[in-house]
Amino acid sequence: MILAILEIVKGSLTETSLETVTAARDLAQKSNDSVAALLMGKGVSTLAPTLKGIHTVLVAEDPHLEGYLPDALAEIAAYAIRQKSPKIALAPGTETGNDLMARVAARLNLGLATNCVEFSVEGGSLKRVTRLNWGGSLLEEVEIFSSPILLTLAPHALAAQSADGATPTVETLSLTLTEKALRVRMKELIPTEKKGISLTDAKIVIGGGRGMGSAEAFKMLEELASLLHNAAVGATRVATNNNWRPHSDQIGQTGAQIAPDLYIACGISGAIQHMVGCKNSKKILAINKDPEAPIFQRADYGVIGDLHQVVPALIAELKKLKGA
Amino acid sequence: MKVLVCVKRVPDTGGGFKLTADGMRVDTTNLGFTVSPHEECAIEEAIRIIEKHGGSSTVLTLGPQAAQEQLREAIAKGITSAILLEAEDYEFWDPAATAQAIAETVKSLGFDILLFGNESADTCNYQVGLRVAHLLDLPCVTGIKALEIQNNTAIAKRETKDGWEVYEVPLPAVFTVREGINTPRHPSLRGIMSAKKVPIEQKKVTKPASQIVRKALKKPQEGRQLEILGQGVDAVPKIVEKLREVGAI
Ligand SMILES: Cc1cc2nc3c(=O)[nH]c(=O)nc-3n(C[C@H](O)[C@H](O)[C@@H](O)COP(=O)(O)OP(=O)(O)OC[C@H]3O[C@@H](n4cnc5c(N)ncnc54)[C@H](O)[C@@H]3O)c2cc1C
Ligand SMILES: Cc1cc2nc3c(=O)[nH]c(=O)nc-3n(C[C@H](O)[C@H](O)[C@H](O)COP(=O)(O)OP(=O)(O)OC[C@H]3O[C@@H](n4cnc5c(N)ncnc54)[C@H](O)[C@@H]3O)c2cc1C
Repeated sequence: MILAILEIVKGSLTETSLETVTAARDLAQKSNDSVAALLMGKGVSTLAPTLKGIHTVLVAEDPHLEGYLPDALAEIAAYAIRQKSPKIALAPGTETGNDLMARVAARLNLGLATNCVEFSVEGGSLKRVTRLNWGGSLLEEVEIFSSPILLTLAPHALAAQSADGATPTVETLSLTLTEKALRVRMKELIPTEKKGISLTDAKIVIGGGRGMGSAEAFKMLEELASLLHNAAVGATRVATNNNWRPHSDQIGQTGAQIAPDLYIACGISGAIQHMVGCKNSKKILAINKDPEAPIFQRADYGVIGDLHQVVPALIAELKKLKGA
Repeated sequence: MKVLVCVKRVPDTGGGFKLTADGMRVDTTNLGFTVSPHEECAIEEAIRIIEKHGGSSTVLTLGPQAAQEQLREAIAKGITSAILLEAEDYEFWDPAATAQAIAETVKSLGFDILLFGNESADTCNYQVGLRVAHLLDLPCVTGIKALEIQNNTAIAKRETKDGWEVYEVPLPAVFTVREGINTPRHPSLRGIMSAKKVPIEQKKVTKPASQIVRKALKKPQEGRQLEILGQGVDAVPKIVEKLREVGAI
């Protein structure tokens, strides 16, 4: 059995969960095995019939399962793995998926390979997996010696595919959650007020780095963004560490991952930890005064020059065009 | 209040990776070393907790002798003491082994708050903190971006797309920290000087059998072709053209 442990947000299976189901089906096909999925939460059994091409859906609907309860979910997933002894159990490599599987791995005293992007199945069994290192700037091939094999799948490593087939058999898991499993519990959710276009939704992102020189200088990027459709301003870690911008504006390994149509990098050297956050941009335009800056090796368009001259000139030109 | 922070020495790679000839590691010739930004923030958070509530803070790493550099940097910023779990073969420890060694060491030390990075800078396994929590039978909240201590309770917040999730757990507890929880301070010159003299507690540790073993490292493909649009303000017309192409104007 290959077991897909799925993430449900606001009553629906997430895109990354569907990717996980796709990976599980693929692994099962290559190793001639069956596929099962685990659904945990209140009222999740209604989702079972939507999972095609899967043999069994395990359902745990404990009434306590409201709000995010990581240890409770881990208790259930660990129980399912003990009961069913799958060859492989995998979950989405999201923040919550990685958190859940680490709790499961600790309980079962098993290894866990997080954020996998490739699987190599030989002679019907999974030999090696390739996983993300450095937030995706480097790939690591590993061999896993513990069994069952526990994995998480890096988001968007593959595309979710629908499948045909009979509706799966539903099996209910019943276990009583211990008091301890409920001790980490979300108490409340404070909604954040949305203002402007978010970095991750923007079609154009303008990023500023050390070359900006001050918080003041970012006003110029804000002005440029206001002249473009659907644009937002981001920053490097140097800019956030200097308090020129809030950390929520940071793009990179320990910040936001963006995928706009165009990323305009101003006074940014192109450190790998920054670039890993914008590598999914369709096009990258770099403005840097140093022709040797590494960013020019990772950009589509380059402007060699002082951003403090180029950006104001660009703003003036755009205003002229708007006025005309 | 007794606070522990665990950090990991990693190469400061900056502009790009060079791999060693055998493809097993990042070539660190000519590279400096650092810790993950998440861990820098964990160090800062520990210092702030002690400044506010009193007590002491300890920084711990499992790594080579050279990792004293990262421990002393934390002390220079204001951490009270340091523990080095010495393993020259630290590159071959997997997260379960690392967590086991950390848990055994800190079990009897009575920490109220144990801080980790959400994930390490290099191998990004997302699990050492959670495994330590499990071994010590402590509650753990991961990926936190705010922490407040009231009496013997911690209020931790995680930032998600929908808003701030609030958790309340009794101490002792484990937290894994994300960058953004604070802005880390720089060490003072005086801090750097006095950190040189602080004795570091050292203990040799041996690696148990690995569950996960690295076979190779490889670089993902990067496929962009650079077109120079021009020098300085002369490039403006071409930039406007590109903005038009993507529908930005
Ligand atoms: C050449 C090389 C080969 C390696 N081979 C492998 C391999 O095959 N498989 C493998 O899993 N690992 C391997 N490692 C070791 C791996 O880098 C880690 O040390 C591992 O034990 C912990 O994983 P992580 O740091 O990614 O943990 P994470 O769970 O991502 O780390 C979370 C947090 O735990 C703490 N932490 C992590 N490590 C330490 C430490 N050493 N001391 C103190 N606190 C720490 C930090 O606070 C960190 O932010 C290799 C490393 C290198 C450079
Ligand atoms: C584990 C880890 C995680 C990290 N995560 C992140 C992350 O999430 N995001 C991130 O951004 N960084 C991250 N970093 C830091 C990263 O390694 C770099 O230090 C950082 O991205 C550099 O920022 P920068 O390009 O603004 O500054 P620098 O590297 O100092 O580059 C400044 C550039 O501006 C150019 N410049 C200066 N003045 C001008 C001018 N007037 N006009 C035009 N160009 C000018 C210079 O030529 C230079 O190329 C991380 C580091 C580590 C170790």
